[in-house]
Amino acid sequence: MRSPMTWAWLGTLPFFLFVFAFLIAPSLTIMVGSFRDRSGNFTLENIAGLAQPLILESYRTSIELSVVTAVVGASLGALLAYAITWGGLSGRIRSGVITFSSVAANFGGIPLAFAFITLLGRTGALPVFLRNALGIDLYAAGFSIYTVQGLILAYLYFQFPLMLLIMVPAFDGLKREWLEAATNLGGTSFDFWRYVGFPILLPSFLGAMVLLFGNAFGAYATAEALTGSKVDVVTRVISRQIRGDVLYNPGLSYALAFGMVVVLAISIALYVWLQRITARWLR
Amino acid sequence: MIGKRSFATQLFAWLILIFCAAYLIVPLVTQFDYSLRARRGEIGFTAYANVLSIPEPDKVLQVQTAPFKITLNLPRFYSSLLFSCLMAALTILVSTIIIVPTAYWVHLRVPKLRPVMEFFTVLPFAIPGIVLTFGLLRTYSGPPFSMTNTELGTVVLLVGGYTIAVMPYTYRSVDVGLRAIDIRTLTEAARSLGAGWPAIILQVIFPNLRVAILSAALLTFAIAIGEYTLANFLFPDERAFGSYLASVGNNKIFEPAALTIISFVLVWVLVLLIQRVGRGTGQTQMTGMR
Repeated sequence: MRSPMTWAWLGTLPFFLFVFAFLIAPSLTIMVGSFRDRSGNFTLENIAGLAQPLILESYRTSIELSVVTAVVGASLGALLAYAITWGGLSGRIRSGVITFSSVAANFGGIPLAFAFITLLGRTGALPVFLRNALGIDLYAAGFSIYTVQGLILAYLYFQFPLMLLIMVPAFDGLKREWLEAATNLGGTSFDFWRYVGFPILLPSFLGAMVLLFGNAFGAYATAEALTGSKVDVVTRVISRQIRGDVLYNPGLSYALAFGMVVVLAISIALYVWLQRITARWLR
Repeated sequence: MIGKRSFATQLFAWLILIFCAAYLIVPLVTQFDYSLRARRGEIGFTAYANVLSIPEPDKVLQVQTAPFKITLNLPRFYSSLLFSCLMAALTILVSTIIIVPTAYWVHLRVPKLRPVMEFFTVLPFAIPGIVLTFGLLRTYSGPPFSMTNTELGTVVLLVGGYTIAVMPYTYRSVDVGLRAIDIRTLTEAARSLGAGWPAIILQVIFPNLRVAILSAALLTFAIAIGEYTLANFLFPDERAFGSYLASVGNNKIFEPAALTIISFVLVWVLVLLIQRVGRGTGQTQMTGMR
């Protein structure tokens, strides 16, 4: 820390003040609020309060929804990425799929919910078609778009395209020469994927899956517009706490939000770790 | 073997492609079809006309667009879109002012802080929109700040929140842009010609980073324009485009379908612009506050 360095960091002060005001301070409010009772004393009551059935159920729903859409979305997205990079499809199909996926990955929220209600609602296009053409009654069979299943189907609309966008560079990073080398050494194309391709892609696949998990876990607008009050995901319980204290315990709402941050922080740490492993291969 | 794929591989690739394409396209097709059926027994653009046209004089809404007092006689489609565009523009302005000089300064003078910057600019990923909304409201809506009591204070919270939410994207874009140019030489050249810091940043760094800044701006725009969570809680009068979409969904039958198609086209145009601008920077993925 010689003379020019000593004061140079001051140039970053406006940035850090801004980040403090709009990111750190709100986060601190949530963290501190999670450990304070009504009169401002330290307490663990709020955290313990998370154990009530309504809240546990909402966390369970959110995590189930996020895990299922992350695993299915990641698998489908990776398969599609394989198809357009190594599957022998034309370059025009490749760029078309990438563009459409960029649009779909950003097409979340309220319009997406509208589209899925039209397609899969009680009087939606698909249930009506199946009933009239094949005599299958989806809703009588227990399906409903206004449930967790419905949310899963809707979230997948942006999850697997996002996965595709992340995985295409990873598949492009696999060098064709490696496949040549593998076949020259007498291996089959299956051997190549089993012993070379899959192990190299695994960290970026898992990393992207973690990203998808977070993407679904924090989603609010789609759930609100699609299922309204019928499905309690954590984000919706928090939104009701903002509108009015429905749990009759202000401290509990802080703990609810804090819990989400903890889950996401763990998943990001996992992501960063997996990213480091991936970076070795994608140089 | 190389270059030509086996028949099985190609077949598999086609099957995956067809399934995924159907998943993405069918909901849009049924929605488009539905949007054309607002009049019984007829195919037409009535729902679109209802959304886009100027309504009867007595049904005209007066909307004040914060923070500037403009009174507009427009259908809510336009007034809410205008409001959200304005908020997006303010966010672009604020995040450019906050990010670009800081990233430049860190690259040039305090490279030790780069990991710190990276840490803080990734943090927003851990704070979902609804949690950020909750935190901002609990911190600033009550005393001593009471920011939501004033129009200006509410706009500051909204733009501040958006700037944080897009920070992972804007910072990365500018960071990549800075790595591609030799800022040290540029700075020394400008200094030796007698330029001060404001001139260097405005006349040397900004023009050299225009691709990075423009693609970050488009990303910000795309995320802010349809944002629902923060906008809806800060402006419960449903002034933002996202709130307008939600309220139409609650009250109308065919108009939401028309709005879905319009939104999709809007996102499509933005994505094409981003791809065109960002060619070479490789940034096409983004996800806003859902």
